[in-house]
Amino acid sequence: MTHNTRFTKGIKRQSAWDLADNQVTPEAVFKDRRNIVKALGLGALGASIPGYVQAGLFDFGNKSPSTFTTSPLKFAQPTAFAIPDPLTPESKVTRHNNFYEFGTSKQDPFDNAQGFNVNPWSLQIDGLVDKPITLDLDDLTKRFALEERRYRLRCVEAWSMVVPWVGFSLASLLKEAGVKSSATHVAFETLFDPDQMPGQKNRLMGGGIHYPYVEGLTLEEAMNPLAFLAIGLYGKTLPPQNGAPIRLVVPWKYGFKSIKSIVKIRVMDKQPPTSWNQLASHEYGFYANVNPEVDHPRWSQASERSIGEGGLFSAKRIPTQMFNGYGEQVAGLYKNLDLRKYY
Amino acid sequence: MRISPRGLWWLKGGLHIAFILPILYLAYLVLSDNAGGDPVQYIIHFTGMGALNSLLAALLVSPLAKYFKQGLLLQTRRLIGLYVFAYATLHITAFISLDLLFAWAFLLEEVIKRPYILVGAVAYSILLLLSVTSFMMVRKKMGKRWQQLHNWVYLVALLAPIHFYWSVKSEIIEPSIYIVICVVLVYLRKQKLAKYLPQG
Repeated sequence: MTHNTRFTKGIKRQSAWDLADNQVTPEAVFKDRRNIVKALGLGALGASIPGYVQAGLFDFGNKSPSTFTTSPLKFAQPTAFAIPDPLTPESKVTRHNNFYEFGTSKQDPFDNAQGFNVNPWSLQIDGLVDKPITLDLDDLTKRFALEERRYRLRCVEAWSMVVPWVGFSLASLLKEAGVKSSATHVAFETLFDPDQMPGQKNRLMGGGIHYPYVEGLTLEEAMNPLAFLAIGLYGKTLPPQNGAPIRLVVPWKYGFKSIKSIVKIRVMDKQPPTSWNQLASHEYGFYANVNPEVDHPRWSQASERSIGEGGLFSAKRIPTQMFNGYGEQVAGLYKNLDLRKYY
Repeated sequence: MRISPRGLWWLKGGLHIAFILPILYLAYLVLSDNAGGDPVQYIIHFTGMGALNSLLAALLVSPLAKYFKQGLLLQTRRLIGLYVFAYATLHITAFISLDLLFAWAFLLEEVIKRPYILVGAVAYSILLLLSVTSFMMVRKKMGKRWQQLHNWVYLVALLAPIHFYWSVKSEIIEPSIYIVICVVLVYLRKQKLAKYLPQG
């Protein structure tokens, strides 16, 4: 497994990527025939229907299995951030994912990530810290006291889930590394490995994002007790489609801030680039706090479809809460910030 | 060789199957819990793409008929056009019932505020008009105005892929390809459409 070592690769490549819109070639179409056939809505007539669908056709009613091995975790269940909201079933949490490294359709990550190899893994914490740390796969589950956090997850696309994550607070990791007083921000980077992540290889499949995916928080946000590094969900280690082996969870921000499969955390003294902001800065800001009063330019953020238990007709549309309902813990961070301007 | 009336009958039968099968397939995926973690979004996207592809098929008929000199082919246009309407109806019904859960006030606000929903709504309104006037009886009554009305399908051909383009988060390559194809299909009618454009 090769890790990309150039942290700011995303910015450097920006202009090259941006120009590529007019370089669309039929070859790209050909390479992504699977997605296209599916998108054409005529999959039943084609021979190249998605693999998981074919499996579904042959074992009537049985979902294709998840072949990635997850293992049970031991963790505490503190009541500090308990919420009354019913959980989204595990089968939906693991089959409805935005993880463009494995394709842009919601079920693509489940379909394409089962062979993802997380062992060995290396997570580096460096930058403005007293003691840079490198964590391997074992460290992720053993070095910190694990706890379960049931968090609301609000996607910028106006759907939401409630997920029981297992992990540790980001602050506990940063404290161990020792943040220098000049630090103001924390940057995160996803693994860059096109051999394992087809979306990084093929632009059509990867949705046009400049890989590796990068995200960032202010230091204050990162040190907030809600900011969480998840290594598991539903009591087991993370499946790849949810960001194995370690991902960020910032429940008061839109889901795209919660970067998956992290290989690097860098403490900095300036605001780092963030992937969706690079792609469309007028639609996705650095802060990306859940805010029902500030709409996405193309759709409303006032309400969300809650993905819960039950089938097609059990969906609920619920009002979106300011800071996704975590205002008590985080509103103070933004008291001097114009949230319309800094969306 | 020309297509015989009997050949046309088979062709129409084949088209019915081609347009109905995907809907059955979708129903199967949803009922067997194979339409992803959120079948609502899956259904909306599937039926939307179905409508768009049927529209392309409808617009391909007359260029093909002309090129291969198969006038009888033109008789498949009504059938295909009605499937465009059927898919679009499923699409919009899924959006209103499964996604918006009949929050009508919210829908009105959405249509006014969101360009891509407004564009979709205009396209659907035109399709609705074309469908209700698709019966032979109505066609005869309308005379010359029938063709004028049905030329509005070219506006739908431009609005539908724009609606798709505006609705996606970042995956603009596929909608861009649709826009190009639709523009080409409309461009093929440039002589017919020229008289509607301001002369200059």
